[in-house]
This record gives sequence, C-alpha cells and structure tokens, in this order.
Amino acid sequence: MNITTHINGKSYSHDVEPRLLLIHYLREVVGLTGPHIGCETSLCGACTVELNGKAVKSCTMFAVQADGANVVTIEGLASNGKLHAMQEAFWNEHGAQCGFCTPGMIMASKQIIDRNPNPTEEEIRHGLEGNICRCTGYQHIVNAVKAAAKAAGV
Amino acid sequence: MATTITKPETLVGKRIRRREDPRLITGTATYVDDIKMPGMHYATIVRSPHAAARIRSINTKKAAAHKGVIAVFTGKDTQKVGPVPCGASLPGLRVPHHHILAMDRVYFAGHPVAVVVATDRYVAADAADLIEVDWDVLPAVADPEKALAKGAPAVHPEWPDNVAFNYHQEGGNVEKAFSEADVVVKQRITSQRLIPTAMETRGVVADWRPADRQLNLYSSTQIPHLMRTLVAQMLGLEENRLRVVAPEVGGGFGSKLNVYAEEALMGFVAMKIQQPVKWIESRRENFLCTIHGRGHVDHYEVAAKRDGTILGIKLHIIQDLGAYHQLLTPAIPTLSVLMMPGLYKTQNVRADIVGVFTNCVPTDAYRGAGRPEATHGIERMVDVLAAELKMDPAEIRLKNFVTKEQFPFPTATGLTYDSGDYAAPLKKALDIVDYQNLRNEQAQARKQGKLMGIGMSTYGEICAFGPSPATPAGGWESATVKIDPTGKVTVMTGASPHGQGEETTFAQIAADELGVNIDDILVLHGDTAVVQYGIGTFGSRSTAVGGTAVYFALQDLKAKIKKFGAMLLGSDDVSFSGGQVICNKTGKSKSIQEIAAASYRAMKLPPNTEPGLISTHFWEPPNFTFPFGAHIVVTDVDRDTGAVAVRRYVAVDDCGNILNPLIVDGQIHGGVAQGLGQALWEQAVYDDNGQLVTGELMDYAVPKAHMMPRIESDHTTTPTSVNPLGVKGVGEAGTIGCSPAVVNSVVDALAPLGVKHLDMPMTPETIWKLIARSKS
Repeated sequence: MNITTHINGKSYSHDVEPRLLLIHYLREVVGLTGPHIGCETSLCGACTVELNGKAVKSCTMFAVQADGANVVTIEGLASNGKLHAMQEAFWNEHGAQCGFCTPGMIMASKQIIDRNPNPTEEEIRHGLEGNICRCTGYQHIVNAVKAAAKAAGV
Repeated sequence: MATTITKPETLVGKRIRRREDPRLITGTATYVDDIKMPGMHYATIVRSPHAAARIRSINTKKAAAHKGVIAVFTGKDTQKVGPVPCGASLPGLRVPHHHILAMDRVYFAGHPVAVVVATDRYVAADAADLIEVDWDVLPAVADPEKALAKGAPAVHPEWPDNVAFNYHQEGGNVEKAFSEADVVVKQRITSQRLIPTAMETRGVVADWRPADRQLNLYSSTQIPHLMRTLVAQMLGLEENRLRVVAPEVGGGFGSKLNVYAEEALMGFVAMKIQQPVKWIESRRENFLCTIHGRGHVDHYEVAAKRDGTILGIKLHIIQDLGAYHQLLTPAIPTLSVLMMPGLYKTQNVRADIVGVFTNCVPTDAYRGAGRPEATHGIERMVDVLAAELKMDPAEIRLKNFVTKEQFPFPTATGLTYDSGDYAAPLKKALDIVDYQNLRNEQAQARKQGKLMGIGMSTYGEICAFGPSPATPAGGWESATVKIDPTGKVTVMTGASPHGQGEETTFAQIAADELGVNIDDILVLHGDTAVVQYGIGTFGSRSTAVGGTAVYFALQDLKAKIKKFGAMLLGSDDVSFSGGQVICNKTGKSKSIQEIAAASYRAMKLPPNTEPGLISTHFWEPPNFTFPFGAHIVVTDVDRDTGAVAVRRYVAVDDCGNILNPLIVDGQIHGGVAQGLGQALWEQAVYDDNGQLVTGELMDYAVPKAHMMPRIESDHTTTPTSVNPLGVKGVGEAGTIGCSPAVVNSVVDALAPLGVKHLDMPMTPETIWKLIARSKS
C-alpha cells in the first residue's frame, strides 16, 4: 500500500506491506534510530512517538494507519540545533543511563507537560506508567520532568 | 586557533552532567539494531516449546523453499561450533556439553534448535513458522528442591541425581560456637529467580570479510574482549581475525556478562552465507533464553549469646542452575558464601552449596550476583535473632559490627575487608528517619490496629573484581591514554560501560591529572580493534579497577610530559601543574599542547627517548573493595488488600570517594529499584512442566514510575586504600542493600499478627492471605 507520512517536518511516500508496524517503518524504511524496540507488545514504551500531537507506541500501530499523519520522533524535538527543554532537562538531571528507554521516555514526558504544564510528582509518575526504565529507578526522570515544567513556566 | 584554557578547578567530586548523553537524548546513538550494512540478512531462531524433549526429526524443507530465505541451519550443521563456554571451575563440577543449536534433545523451553536466514525480518519469522519439529516430549523438572527428590526426572540423563556440584567452605570452629550458644535461630530463606530485563534485548550483527579472513561481530555485551577470545575459540577462528564491537549497549545488569550461543551462531551464519547477518532477540526470547538471576533456597542457622553476640553461622544453599552452565553460573553462589558473615565479626562459619540442574534457562550474574542473596540471608537472620531475643534490630547490629579499629579485617571466609566504619551509615540513617520518634509513632499506630513497619539492612558487598587469582578471566583492567600532536587527549579503557557514565568520570580523572579542559578529552571503549585487551564492566569494577588503570596510565604519561617539557625548557628542575611544565628557576613554562607537538616532531630528542605521548597501563588490584551502607525502609501494609506502601526509603551508602555525585545517585536509585522489584513484585515463575509463566512484561512485574518511592540518598565516605582514587564501587550497592530492608520492614509491620518471616516477592496476595489467616 502507498502511504504518505510527515515525519519530523519532512514528507515521505512509500509502498509498504499492510502488516508493517509503524516502528519498523520508522526504523527500517525511513532510517530513524531514535524510536527503539524494547518489547513489541506495547508494554515498555521505548518506541513512543508523537502522532498528530498524541504520544503513541509505534510498535502497536501499522504503518498504514499513519498514512497522512504528522509524526514527531525524538530526532524531531530539537530545533535549529537547540535541544528541546525536555531533552535539556534529561541531560541536566541525569535522566538517562543506558539510554535505551530515553527517546520514548522523553516523548512521553513531553506529552505530560503538553497536557498539564504544572504536574505534581504523582501526576508525573502516573504519566510515565507506560514507559519502563530499568536503570534509573525513575527518580532522576521525574526530576527532569519537573525541571522541564519549571523551565517552561519561567 | 582554538586553545585549551588551563583550568585550576578540579572536576573529580563534582556533580557534572554526562558527556555520553547528547547522543542518547537525541536518538542518535547506535545500538546493535541500528547497524545497517549492504546485503544484510536477518536471522530468526526456532526454539523449543518444551522444557524437555527428544527431537525425532526436523523438517526444514518448506522453510528453506520460502521466498526470501537463503539458508536454514540446524544442530547437525553447527555441531562443530562451540561449545558455549563455562568459565568457572569448581572441584568435581559436572559440565554438560552445550551445543549452540540443540542436537537430538532439548533441555529448557526456549532451547534453540534451528536458525532461518532471510532477506527481511518478517520473511525470516514467516519461514521459521514453517519448520516442523517432531518432538518426543519428556518429563521436566523446574524446581531445584523437586529436582533433588528421589525419582525426579533427570535433566541430563547421565546425571540422574541432577547435582552439578557440591561445595563446602568453613572457617573457625562452628561446632564449638553452636555448643556455646544460648540461642540458635533457624530459617529457610529464598531468593527467587529473577529476570534481568535490560531494556535493550540482546542482539548480534556478524559481518564476514572472506578476503581479509576477518569476522566483525557487533554484540550487545558487557565484555567485548573476553567475547572475542571465547567466540574465536568456538568458531575455530584465530583471535586476531575476530573483532568484537560493543556499540551502545542498552543495559546489562550481568545478563550481558556472558557469551551466548547466538554470538557464535551469527558468526557461523555470516561465514556460511558470506553476507552480513543480524539477529535481534525479541522480549519473549530475552525472558526465555537470556540468563536469569538468583534462584536460591537457603537454610540458615545462627548461634548467639543471649546478649545478642553472634557466635556462628551455618548456611546450606540450594542453587537452581538451570539446564546448563553459562559463563559464570556455578561460581555465583560461591560469592554468597564469601559474603555470608556480612558486616559482623563472627569468625565461625560453615557453608555448603548444592548446585542443581533444572529444565530452565541457566542462572548467572544478575546485579549483585550472589551478594544480594548473602546479604538478604544474613540481614534477615539478624532480624530473626533480634526478634527472638526481643532486641532492637539497630542495637543488635551495632553490637556485632566489625569496629573501625579492626581494619583491615580478615573474615572467616578468607577475605580481607579493606576499610570501613559500619556504624556510621547506620547511625546517620537512624538520625535521618528520627528512629526513636518513628518507633513511638509505630507504637501508636499499632494501638489503632495499623500495620506500620520499620526495617533496616546494613549491607557489605565485595566489589571491584578483583585480584586476578580470585577471578576466572583475570581481574585487572587496562587503560591507554594518548595525547595527539594538537594536544587532544584520548582515553581508551578496557572496561565496557553501558550506562554507568565512565565516559564522564574517566574524563574527569584525566582532566584533573593533566590539567586540561574536559572538552579536550575523549573516552573510547568497547571495540577490540581500537582498545587494548580489557576485561569489561561488571561487579562494580569499572571505576575502581578501570579508573585506576586510567590513573596510572596518566601518571606514566605525566612523567613523559615532564621529561619533554624539561627538554624544551632546557632545565631539569621543572614541575608539572595546570597543564604546564614550569621551570622552577626561571618560571618559564611550556603548555601540554606545545609539548605534545614537540614530542611528535621529535626534534632534538635525547638518546633513548621515544617520540610521542602514549601510555598503557594494566592495573592488577591487590584486593577487592568492600562498600557498605545502611538502608531503612518505612512501610504501611493495607489490612484489606495486603498491599505494601513504602512511606520512606532512606539509603546511606559508603562507596568510598565519590567522583561524580550525580552518577552515584543514579546508580543507587536504579539499584534500589531492582532490589525493590525483587522484594515486592518480580519472580520468574516456571510451572511443573518447565513453562515460563512470567514470560512477558505483562506478567513479570518490573517496577514502573508510580510503583517507586522517592529515595532519600545520603552517604558516608570511607576511602579504600586498595586504589589511589579511594573509590569502592557503587553499581550494585542499591540492589544489595534494598531487599532485606524491605522484607524486614514488612515483617515488622506484620509482627503483631505473629509473622516472623516472609519470602519474596511480597505480593499483596501473599500478605492478604497471611492477614486473613491471622483473623481466623
């Protein structure tokens, strides 16, 4: 099937198999490396991307369902060489260790702030339920989300 | 021209953000699955659905004929490759031959039996479904205690008792200690099987260059050099023809401190098809086929005086090994024995281990590797003893600690504890929680029928592996530091960090020692074609051993810099500081950049002087290090649901000197999360047929953000004398300190109901049943 997608501000047209998962499309066809595959069962969140403004797990969608959609991945967050506030916060607060969950974690964190610019710690932790990190114990990630929210509020 | 500014400020000890992060937060890091090569094929592995079965036949015809499939291999094709290596040796150890693909029999669910190679990962998966295996299913045994029972199915028919080894160690006079005891407490304590669950599963890309007789192997591993040696042997390839690259590695926790069948298998495939091949483990495979951790059933006896003085400890360990020995499988429980006295001065110990085969995936090193089991055991037993004697758990610990005057302290298990002040972190933690008030609050809560618990653990761990005689592969680590003609510094470490932040901490060390800007330093690791031979990252060793190798390489290099500087300044009376060699008489100086340039131009060198600025150091540690600490956990147990809520988690850890507090905090938090996972939620459950019931993230409960408490982390600092950095290691501390503190807290909460012990994981169901039983 022919699909057209808009990914990180660029348009793509490809002929894809109907069964091709969005994550495989992004990684294998478009050539991105940010969205990761941690489980293929929508449980770990490493593949989280933004689709038409909403965070989705790209391992649980077919590429054809993204036909016509606007997709933002971690690669599309920085603009003009300047990191997004959430990326900067993850760096400052040591929100990444091995880094494998990090792109999905940052996309989910950005979504938390997009929906609620001033979340409580509980709301942040609830918002991150769909993303697993095995390295950090989440504390520095939660700190990063708080810091990004604070930076955005300034 | 960009110049390096001399900076007097030191970086070691500073909370600076990591230098590896820009690629991680922008999604541009290269993990194995990000590697693409022209002509690359994909492999899917067909695995046994049965825990024990004979293979009558395998029909690969349909799969081989499937469009896009270029090869199918089974055990017959690969029988000359391997075996999968076991690096541990124990007297009388039974080592089953571990083929990379099953021959005529499988031993655990997930055992690889065939590999399908195709142009695309979807096609490979389609074709794998077309492989027909005619199974003769056999009885399996998945529980180590059941495997020891008479009449149990034999995992390996040649050893019907399922015993892989018996191990005995003792020190002091245990019988005398027990005969003099006022009280002996006994408890069966389990440390359940856990699944390491690195967020990046394993993966391998193999690229064979026949014209060069060169195999390039990209693997998500913690030990690229050891892998090169071992996989070269498995493939019958000269070691210098194999290059192993650990690219970005998405977590390991010990599960990638191994050499697996798939690494040699992909090498074999690439050499056969003469094209690059990629295999990426699915999460399901990761649960089924990557090593598990723990798997202990321990029987403890502790003898003591009525005043709480511990006289002796007896320990019998039943270790669930799984079906095979992976790299270190049988060695792991021997670490538990080494650490069985914990922080206590008793000199009378006896331990026996029986290593048991089961029809499960092998156990091996998982964060802490033998030490969490030991700490869990002794820290539970001290609480059991305190309860028996009606003593306060803090008081009984303080009474039995090795005192700070006693270091270096020889233990009953043959170790020498390097340095410590074990009371200090406990007292600090007690202060932080305001212990006496907390106990008063608990007394009030109990009057109201509330289940509030206060639990502590005071852990010690054996880290910085280690002196080579005690470490199967050698315990040293290597470093090369070189300075280019323009003065830029490259550090190459034999350690293989994968999240621990050594690209930052090693750069901090080098920046301080050389007096150069940290931005002028690059830290490389993980590529056997780039980095001198090394051991790897595990056992909380990278900074304490690898960082020390960097330190000594820098000392050699500084001597060279000084020598060249003296030559340029025409004076022997020089000193080196702040990136400058300074003539002590004239005050004239030469910068490191000027000296580097001159060293490569090699003009007017004195005789017998080697040009260039490079130094390599292999550092052999004289001892392990022994970090320690105290964790206190306050819990509330819900009477109606059995749910445990962690109200406070206070961790006071002493890992010696701290190079970067931000990174150390991260290690503690992550370690505690894995300890809390074990205490409350995680367990690899096999049913009686050897099927892994918790085979997906849906069923295996790793902690998520909302399940974790905020950890209050603090430190005491007792430097080690084992290395000049004074660092002890921190990677496993959180995990080791955590689980007994949590269990002690919940047992304390349930003490009014008569509960004296709980095994992990303490799920709401388990606790609810206990509460329900206490009512009836």
